[in-house]
Amino acid sequence: MTVDWSWIGDHTDDLTTLTLSHLQAALSAVALGLLISLPLAVLAHRVRPLRGLLLGLSNVLFTIPSIAVFVLLLPVSGLTRTTTVTGLTIYTLVVLLRNTVEGLDSVPTKTKEAAKAMGTRPLRTLLTVELPLALPVIMAGVRIATVMSISLVSVATYIGDGGLGQLFTDGFQRNFPTPVIVGVVLTLLLALVADALLVALQYVLTPWTRRRKGA
Amino acid sequence: MYELFKDLGAWLVDGEQWTGPDGIGHRLAEHLQYSLLATLVAAAIALPVGLLIGHTGRGAFVAINLSSFGRALPTVGLVVLVFLASGLSMWPVYIALVALAVPSIVTNTYAGMTAVDAEVKDAARGQGMRAHQVLFQVELPLALPLIMTGLRLALIQVVATATIAAYVSFGGLGRYVFDGLAQRDLVQVLGGAVLVALVAVVLDLALSGLQRALFRHRPAKSA
Repeated sequence: MTVDWSWIGDHTDDLTTLTLSHLQAALSAVALGLLISLPLAVLAHRVRPLRGLLLGLSNVLFTIPSIAVFVLLLPVSGLTRTTTVTGLTIYTLVVLLRNTVEGLDSVPTKTKEAAKAMGTRPLRTLLTVELPLALPVIMAGVRIATVMSISLVSVATYIGDGGLGQLFTDGFQRNFPTPVIVGVVLTLLLALVADALLVALQYVLTPWTRRRKGA
Repeated sequence: MYELFKDLGAWLVDGEQWTGPDGIGHRLAEHLQYSLLATLVAAAIALPVGLLIGHTGRGAFVAINLSSFGRALPTVGLVVLVFLASGLSMWPVYIALVALAVPSIVTNTYAGMTAVDAEVKDAARGQGMRAHQVLFQVELPLALPLIMTGLRLALIQVVATATIAAYVSFGGLGRYVFDGLAQRDLVQVLGGAVLVALVAVVLDLALSGLQRALFRHRPAKSA
C-alpha cells in the first residue's frame, strides 16, 4: 500500500476545505455541549435528586452507537450538517456533564462558605469562585470531548457529511488507499493539535495552580 | 413522524423479518459474534498489558497516551484502510474492532491497579506474599471494578462500531442501516439503528449485572 504523493499535491484545496468543515462540526458540537451541560451540571450539583437522573440519562445516550444516533436523527433533521452536529453534541454531553459535576463537587466547602461569609451572592460565587476552581476537571472533560468529536465526525460520512470522513468513502469506493491514509493522518493531527491547544488554554486560564506549585 | 414509528414497529415485529439469512435473527447472531470475539481478543491482549504496567509502574506514559490515541483514531478510516490492504476478508473488521477496544481496557486496568492503596500492597508483602500473589490476590481483586468498567466501555464501543462491518460488505445489524440507506428505505435504516442500540444497552446492563454479582461476595470495603 503506497501513498500517491501527487494526489495529495493536486488536492490541497479540497483537503483544506474538508479539514475546516471537519473542525467546524467538531468544535460546534463541543461548544453546544458546553452550553447545554453547564446549566445541567449546576442543577445536578445543587439538586441532589436530579443528579442520578441526569448522569444516568447521559450514560444511556452514550450507549447508543454513533451511527445509530445520526440515523435516528434523520427523520428530524435530514441529511444535513445539523444532524452531524446534533449527533456529536449528544456524545459530548456524557463527558462534559460528568466532569463538570465532578469539578463542582471538588470545590472545598470551606471555600464556598468563605465566599458566603464575605457576602458574595450565590450566582456570583458560582461564576467567580466555584467554576474557576472546577476548571481543571471541566477542562479534562473538554479535552476528551474534543478529541472524541474530532474522531467521530467521520462517522457522519454515511449520512453524506463527515468532513475528512468523506475521504474514507472516496478511497473505499475507488479502491484507492491514499485518501484514506491522508484522512486518518489529518484526523489524528487535528485531534493532537486541538488537545495541545486546550492544554495551553488551561495553563493560561488557571494561573493559581502554577503559583501554588512554585511556592 | 407517527407513521414512521408505526412502520418501524411493524418492521420489528414482522415474523418474516426475523428468519432466513437476511433475517434479524441471523444478523443479530453475526453482530454478536463480531462484537464478542473482538472484545475477547482485545481483553486477551489488553488485560496482561494493563496489569503489567499497573503492577510494575513502568510504561505508564504508554498507557495514558494510548487512551487519547485510541479516542482520536477514526475507526471508519481504519476499517477501510485495512480492508484495502488485505482484500475481502473479515480481518479488517476484527483488526479495527480490536484496535478500538484495546486502549479502553489497558487504560482502565492500569488506572484500577494504580488506585490500589500502596499501604495495602506493602502489608501484603510484609505478610510474606510473593509478587504474583500480591498481583493476583490483592491488586487484581481491588482493581476489578475499574477493570470491569473498561471492559464495558470497550464492549459498547465495539458493538456500536461492528455496524461498520456491513459497510465493507459483511453482515451484522449494520446491514439494515447501509442497505436501507442505499435503498432510501428509512424504516429499515431506523430498524437497524434501534436494534444496534438495543444490543448495546442490553449487553451493558448484562455486564453491570455481572459486575454487581461478582462483588456481592466481597467483604465490605470499610464499615
